[in-house]
Amino acid sequence: MQFGLTDSQILTRNSAREFFSAEYPIAEVRRLCETETAHDIPLWRKTAEQGWCGMTIPEAYGGMGLDLVEVAAAMEEAGRTLVPGPLLAHLTATAAITACASEEHKQQLLPALATGDRIATLAVLEPNPSWDLAAVAVPACEGTKLFVMDAAVTDYIVTLTRDGVFLVDSRGDGVTLTPMPALDTSRKLSAVNYRNAPGLQLATDNSAVQRALDIGTTLLCAEMTGAMQRMLDITVSYVKTRKQFGKPVGAFQLVQALCADMLVATESARSATYFAAYALEQNLPEAQSAVSVAKSYIADAARLTGNNAIQAHGGMGFTWENDIHLYYRRAKAFETAFGDAVFHRERIAQLAL
Amino acid sequence: MDLNLSPSELGFRDGLRQWLADNLSPHWQADFAKIEGKQAQFEYLRAWQRKVYDGGWAGIAWPKEFGGRGASIIEQVIFTEEMARAGAPNLPGVLGLQLVGPTTITHGTEAQKEQFLRKILSGEEIWCQGFSEPNAGSDLAALRTTATLDGDHFVVNGQKVWTSYGWAADWCELVVRTDPDAPKHKGLTVLLVDMKSPGVDVRPLRQMTGETEFNELFFTDVRVPVANVLGKVNDGWNVAIGTLMHERATLGAGIQIVIRRSFERIVELAKSIGKFTDPITRQKLAQCYADIEVMRLNQMRAYSRMANGGTPGPEGSIQKIFWSELNQRFQQIAQEIMGPYGQLTKGSEYSIDDGIWTYNYLRARGNTIEAGTSEIQRLILGHFVLGLPKSY
Ligand SMILES: Cc1cc2nc3c(=O)[nH]c(=O)nc-3n(C[C@H](O)[C@H](O)[C@H](O)COP(=O)(O)OP(=O)(O)OC[C@H]3O[C@@H](n4cnc5c(N)ncnc54)[C@H](O)[C@@H]3O)c2cc1C
Repeated sequence: MQFGLTDSQILTRNSAREFFSAEYPIAEVRRLCETETAHDIPLWRKTAEQGWCGMTIPEAYGGMGLDLVEVAAAMEEAGRTLVPGPLLAHLTATAAITACASEEHKQQLLPALATGDRIATLAVLEPNPSWDLAAVAVPACEGTKLFVMDAAVTDYIVTLTRDGVFLVDSRGDGVTLTPMPALDTSRKLSAVNYRNAPGLQLATDNSAVQRALDIGTTLLCAEMTGAMQRMLDITVSYVKTRKQFGKPVGAFQLVQALCADMLVATESARSATYFAAYALEQNLPEAQSAVSVAKSYIADAARLTGNNAIQAHGGMGFTWENDIHLYYRRAKAFETAFGDAVFHRERIAQLAL
Repeated sequence: MDLNLSPSELGFRDGLRQWLADNLSPHWQADFAKIEGKQAQFEYLRAWQRKVYDGGWAGIAWPKEFGGRGASIIEQVIFTEEMARAGAPNLPGVLGLQLVGPTTITHGTEAQKEQFLRKILSGEEIWCQGFSEPNAGSDLAALRTTATLDGDHFVVNGQKVWTSYGWAADWCELVVRTDPDAPKHKGLTVLLVDMKSPGVDVRPLRQMTGETEFNELFFTDVRVPVANVLGKVNDGWNVAIGTLMHERATLGAGIQIVIRRSFERIVELAKSIGKFTDPITRQKLAQCYADIEVMRLNQMRAYSRMANGGTPGPEGSIQKIFWSELNQRFQQIAQEIMGPYGQLTKGSEYSIDDGIWTYNYLRARGNTIEAGTSEIQRLILGHFVLGLPKSY
């Protein structure tokens, strides 16, 4: 047994780290957050050229076909630099198409998604929001979907309806997008209104999409793990240099406790995420509960990490200028995305107990 | 222990209730929500403070000769409770009312009391607290802003940071170093500085909420009359600590009003979206209710102690830790109840209460930093209250 990344997984992680930290410096992320879409087309093209947009798509359809542990390791790096825009939404939506569409539809759709020439997102939630697929209530394709990630920059919205899964043209007839401004400005949310919108039916029921939700959840956890690591790193370097009472504040035991608890949270988040990715990749029977373990644990762990990071910075941590709040905002959005801790704990109770 | 109000306390309470019924607009919150911009909102609240003052309800426990009511701290507690009960707006001159005023009553000259106290009560003059500096936060006594004597003036040079309400303030309670050769706690002096003095530069500082609620203050050769020294020259630490004790002990009273009002709103919301039947939600709300009750009772006891013994002591850190950490827990619970809607900000047709909850969530993060961090409050309790050895 060996619970750690293999050499090839490490290689993927390292090239992800190199790429994301070079192309998404925090100044660029801040600039994008202030735009309407948090999406930059040349940057997306670059990201796509490296294959990152097709990470989860099998090689047969033009993707990289990485195993999910590798994808998680790469997304951890994306989270560390707070990559804004539709990457996560796109990976989740393409996983949905991969999981539920017919061979013909996959051949037709996935290659352009793998190269990033087309961008997709997934619409699940409705005005009475639930991540339980059985709760999907809108008919095809009529009604309202909410909190749809980055819909405004996509070509397709993979839409869950009570009549099955539909691929809807984001800019097509009968589709209206309304921005939903939110705390995390690195990923823009939209309300999507469908008025007799035409759609390509990918599946007659939604059950196959569950796997894509589990993959999306795991990648979100991976991103958050990277974000937590970054908050920890920023904080540790700050408390080593910031002096009060003639000493670095990191010399004070209460401050060390804040940092040590962040470390416990971050390492634990990483363990839970890697196992969820592995379990999904290997189709282990406990895969779904492993995903819920990661999501429910990290919801709290990320909040603790963000709180401690700001706390250890004192007044500086409460400023706009300090980067921590960008991560803090994402940690808040993380809590409810793909189901909150209560939802996932209930799923653990159902699946594992 | 007797929690019954005396006949005169009852009379006070009933009088206040009547006054609130006559003077507090039932739809003030809706009116307030329509006001754009922090300056205009501030003016609305300032007008309310003026009304409270004109009604004779400002400075309940302050001396009558300076515009107060000359009543006891118990009446002050009743006042806070009744304002919470009625859902009244906050008094925006909070730093003057709760920090600078009481410190001036203790340490000020007759002339200073005459000059400042009434205007603090009426809201005519707003105060800010110029304590923290870039290199002196937790270690406040390390501050470096200097003041040197030149005839009958002190000349001030230096920088303050994180100054709440700096943008709104007419006056500043400023801690400066007047004797650079003395040990760090011994060479400090508190000056009352007119913010309109030449050489005072107020710069905005953006908070993680996106707002510029606090400021940086720069002082370049600012001349402050010697008559504006609060307390004695080089005894400023003593005066400043007095202010900080008030801050820790009493700031929570105002926050309590806000938390209780928000809590009621969240319960109402939970009921309206069908979440109040959910056992997990019920547990969380009930726990929060209990915490808020405990905070209120803690505060009542602390005030009673003050009514007997005068100024608040280091045990005020109990209040500070309690309200700040409670508010953070409460905002989290509010978020959990709202689900994904909780993250939506101002301007979304889908956001709840026009996004005030996202603001509240972020703003609460500052609570365990401002007015002394939770770490420092714990050190104060450990050392000054429990008598444990000093840890730093
Ligand atoms: C919203 C807000 C409003 C504010 N308003 C005002 C205002 O109006 N006027 C004003 O003067 N100031 C104001 N402040 C400043 C506030 O008082 C300081 O931020 C606070 O005292 C901490 O100082 P610092 O920021 O320098 O942090 P630091 O002192 O640098 O602290 C960094 C970290 O080290 C910890 N630490 C420091 N020393 C010790 C120790 N001995 N043992 C253990 N841990 C320690 C702290 O707890 C913190 O976690 C405000 C701050 C905020 C956030």
